Amino acid sequence: MSAAPGARGEGVGARLPRKEDDRFMRGRGQYVADIRMAGMQDVAFVRSPLAHARIRGIRIPDDIRAQVFVADDLEGVAPIRAVSGLPGFKVSEQPVLAFGKVRQVGELVAMCVAATRAEAEDIAARVELDLDELPALYDMRLAREPGAALVHEHWGDNVFLETFVDVGIEKAFDAPIKVSRSISTSRQCMAPLEGRGVVAHLDRRLDQLTVHTACQMPHIVRSGLSECLGIEEGRIRVAAPDVGGGFGYKGILLPEEVCLGWLALRCGHPVRWIEDRREHLTAGANCREHHYEITVYADRDGAIRGVDCEAIVDSGAYSAYPFSACLEAAQVASILPGPYDFPAYRCRTWSVATNKAPILPYRGVARTGVCFALELALDAVAVEAGLTPEQVRLRNLVRPEQMPFDNITKKHFDSGDYPQALTRAVKAIDVDAVRARQKAGEPDGRRIGFGLSIYCEQAAHGTSVYSGWGIPMVPGHEQAGARVTPDGGLELRIGAHSHGQGLETTLAQVANEILGLPVAKIRVVHGDTAMTPYSTGAWGSRMMVMTGGAVAAAATELVGRLTAIGAHLLQADPADVRFEAGAVVGPNGDATVAEIARVWYRRPQDLPADAHGGGLEVTAGYKPVRDSGTFSYAAHAVVVAVDAEIGGVEILDYVIVEDGGVLVNPLVVDGQILGGLAQGVGTALLEEMPFDASGQPLASTFADYLLPGAAEVPSPRIDHMETPSPYTRFGVKGIGEGGAIAPPAALANAINDALRPLGVEMLVSPVTPRRIVEAVLSARESVSEARGAQRSAA
Amino acid sequence: MKAARFDLVRPRDLSEALAALGATAGLVKVLAGGQSLGPMLNLRLVEPDLLVDIAGIPELRRIDREADALVFGACVTHADFEDGRAPDVGRDMLARVASGIAYRAVRNRGTIGGSLAHADPAADWVSTLSALGAEVEIASRSGRRRLTIGAFITGALATALQPGELLVAVRIPLVSAAARFGYVKHARKIGEFAHAIGAALVDPERGTARAVAGAIDAPPLVIEDALALFDRSSGLDREEAGRRLAAGGVEDAVDRHIHLEALGRALAQAFDATPPALRSAA
Repeated sequence: MSAAPGARGEGVGARLPRKEDDRFMRGRGQYVADIRMAGMQDVAFVRSPLAHARIRGIRIPDDIRAQVFVADDLEGVAPIRAVSGLPGFKVSEQPVLAFGKVRQVGELVAMCVAATRAEAEDIAARVELDLDELPALYDMRLAREPGAALVHEHWGDNVFLETFVDVGIEKAFDAPIKVSRSISTSRQCMAPLEGRGVVAHLDRRLDQLTVHTACQMPHIVRSGLSECLGIEEGRIRVAAPDVGGGFGYKGILLPEEVCLGWLALRCGHPVRWIEDRREHLTAGANCREHHYEITVYADRDGAIRGVDCEAIVDSGAYSAYPFSACLEAAQVASILPGPYDFPAYRCRTWSVATNKAPILPYRGVARTGVCFALELALDAVAVEAGLTPEQVRLRNLVRPEQMPFDNITKKHFDSGDYPQALTRAVKAIDVDAVRARQKAGEPDGRRIGFGLSIYCEQAAHGTSVYSGWGIPMVPGHEQAGARVTPDGGLELRIGAHSHGQGLETTLAQVANEILGLPVAKIRVVHGDTAMTPYSTGAWGSRMMVMTGGAVAAAATELVGRLTAIGAHLLQADPADVRFEAGAVVGPNGDATVAEIARVWYRRPQDLPADAHGGGLEVTAGYKPVRDSGTFSYAAHAVVVAVDAEIGGVEILDYVIVEDGGVLVNPLVVDGQILGGLAQGVGTALLEEMPFDASGQPLASTFADYLLPGAAEVPSPRIDHMETPSPYTRFGVKGIGEGGAIAPPAALANAINDALRPLGVEMLVSPVTPRRIVEAVLSARESVSEARGAQRSAA
Repeated sequence: MKAARFDLVRPRDLSEALAALGATAGLVKVLAGGQSLGPMLNLRLVEPDLLVDIAGIPELRRIDREADALVFGACVTHADFEDGRAPDVGRDMLARVASGIAYRAVRNRGTIGGSLAHADPAADWVSTLSALGAEVEIASRSGRRRLTIGAFITGALATALQPGELLVAVRIPLVSAAARFGYVKHARKIGEFAHAIGAALVDPERGTARAVAGAIDAPPLVIEDALALFDRSSGLDREEAGRRLAAGGVEDAVDRHIHLEALGRALAQAFDATPPALRSAA
């Protein structure tokens, strides 16, 4: 589908290799941990060893007292408060250093500073915590039981927020098919290659606290730091250097950032904290934990009559800034219907507080969970109706002629052909051949399974959506700065951050599309509050729609400025010239951007008398025609071989048919899909942070928390459809998260397809060998019990 | 995390190393490839006073051929076996096992002696060398002794090494030309520590068959009479093998099932029984 390299030049649609990869692939990226400053000291934190406890005392030996800071020392520092305006939301206050109680393993209790990290850890090891252990809330379902211990006593229960929606569910109750399932996704720990890290120092010349942090949203972090530290935003600069992956893990105001900011102001010398993997895994397992009680009502032909669901999300101990503790569960209610059209719906959700890390939106946010729940339930409907999985889906998908389509939860699907995506995926994987192979049986005894899943993903949703949440951050216009350099290059300034998405290339492509300047001469400055316009940051698959739109708007404005000067230089009437491929073209010649820039900066005596004083530098804002979001979508089809006796799953084939609207760079989109797929495979088969009954996280190294490696991630066949969004510049849609949404559902469906003859159905992610063998043995046991009962009855 | 403070010595030869091991009070640890000890130091799971780095001692990288065995210095690396720089005791036995240990970066540095001395039950060499009937040579300032793997490994992460002692070599018996080795490692992903290991050596010329169930949170379970437990047509006697696993501490039925699968498949490989075993790894 994609154009050959260079076929569309370097603009929108070109399959360009990423500019930033030159430094990344040579190991020359500059991350927080690469920052060196004179006099810099290292911080190690004393973290809570218990999930839930009252702090009776903290004993600090006198000889290290000056190097250790606890909550009482942090005078004037406010707790982190991420309040949602949704009715009934209960507010949590997260002290940046624990005060009174600790509410999760790994919560910060004391900050230790020394010349090196090792010495800071030596000091931390000498700080003694006197803790009075309380019952730990390690299971969100138990946390809702009456009489459960309370994470925040004054609430009276452990529910951040309950939501309820009912669209005529009673109309579905007489459906001939009713399928109910309990489905869960386990808690995970997002695992970017680079962990979190902060270097903070006081710039006395600017009277500015400078915080270098591995983050996705520097401007939001600045606002949060200002609120917690009680100093004006102008006295704070937040800069994200190269960031080795975000995925949501870095879309948060960290207590560590507040602590280091305070410490830099207090000590006057630079301070650094670099998260290590133990901190990351024990204190940062913060996503994906959902539980669904889902019922699908359907007719015999597979038509869904209604979906009824109760969903619980484990929101952890505190409401994270800025997304709050309720984004995930409340999203569940609004997006569970997926890409389908059906008439009745009911959903109740609870965001439950537990003694775990605050939940953060991980790539795909709630979609990975709802896709898992609904797509597994639909396969169960197919079995019940005697239909194939593809038949049931095709019967219910929103059809292209219905677009744009307002679904049952009032999501506005902008464009697309969902049935075509599914049909193409089924065809590409050659389902008939798969079924034949499955029937024939494998010579090695393994079982073949075929699985499907399909989703649509709202991206770049803006003001009208987020103002309703009432959280600390509501996106408005996205802005970009663009400045032509005196030698005719271009600098773009954006307030969000590129941490692996390839924006240094793709935004340059957008500017190239309009200005015709070579991508090599376009530089993208990002992630620094001192150098860029305000932005809510990189999240929600919004960058290409929003920042791309803003870059296009800025470039377009520059075209006007360039054309006015260019026409003067060509001694032509502005009406007689046009801007084309990096030059103003007139009836008798042309003026390149470089020539115009030279005049503006170096030879102003040659400018027209009425030249625009803004010159060749603009800041422009952008919002799509509608801000309800773009809806990209994809169908995933997979074939697995399952070794039922030992629980092994091998992925034999994987097909993805994706529609991300107009693709600015199909190569980068493929990379996004591959990365998302890897994370989806992790969710499906490997990644899980188990907790024991005292709330201890049990996977504290990567030997226990398993991530997919090169050998575990399949090489998918990717097929692109390109249905433009009617609402965005160029018709682009956000696609950053999609790859991580569908794989768990597709893989679990394939495994279930393989194991169905054994009477086994896997409904918990990850589908591990142990879970498979456990289910196979228990199915065998019930079969033999049933046989035994038959015999004794006979 | 960063390691706590420790002293480091790098002896040039074995006698210097033994002197360092014998002379010091406090906790002394031997550093060979450092692939397990390194992370443990950084996690502060171990805080030695002295680290004796033996990786640079030439004697510990020697390989000697004896009439009925090969003797590998403790610092021969997994990669040495994988790449064929170290000879094999049979056709593609040691090389095959070595090539499946962790990742290449680990294999480049990790050593056979270090793996045995660390005695992680999930380690490949622990099970393999039990199946192959290997012995270790232990040296100290007061002399040398030799132990079978079974006597050497006394528990999970526990060995018979006494303070001042160093594992210096591993002696692996040569097998007959007709001998077959079966090896099944069950892990959830490439490079992961095993959750179950089945290893089996069947030597028709000598009429012996030894099988091992490893990665069981204890020293590997060695089945010396594997001929009695395996039939070419009906496979493993799961009832009897299951009894032994249960007696060996594998009480959980799901775990036991997986261990029996690994064991049965390894034996099927070694007996060249058909149909070929199912793929082992996920």
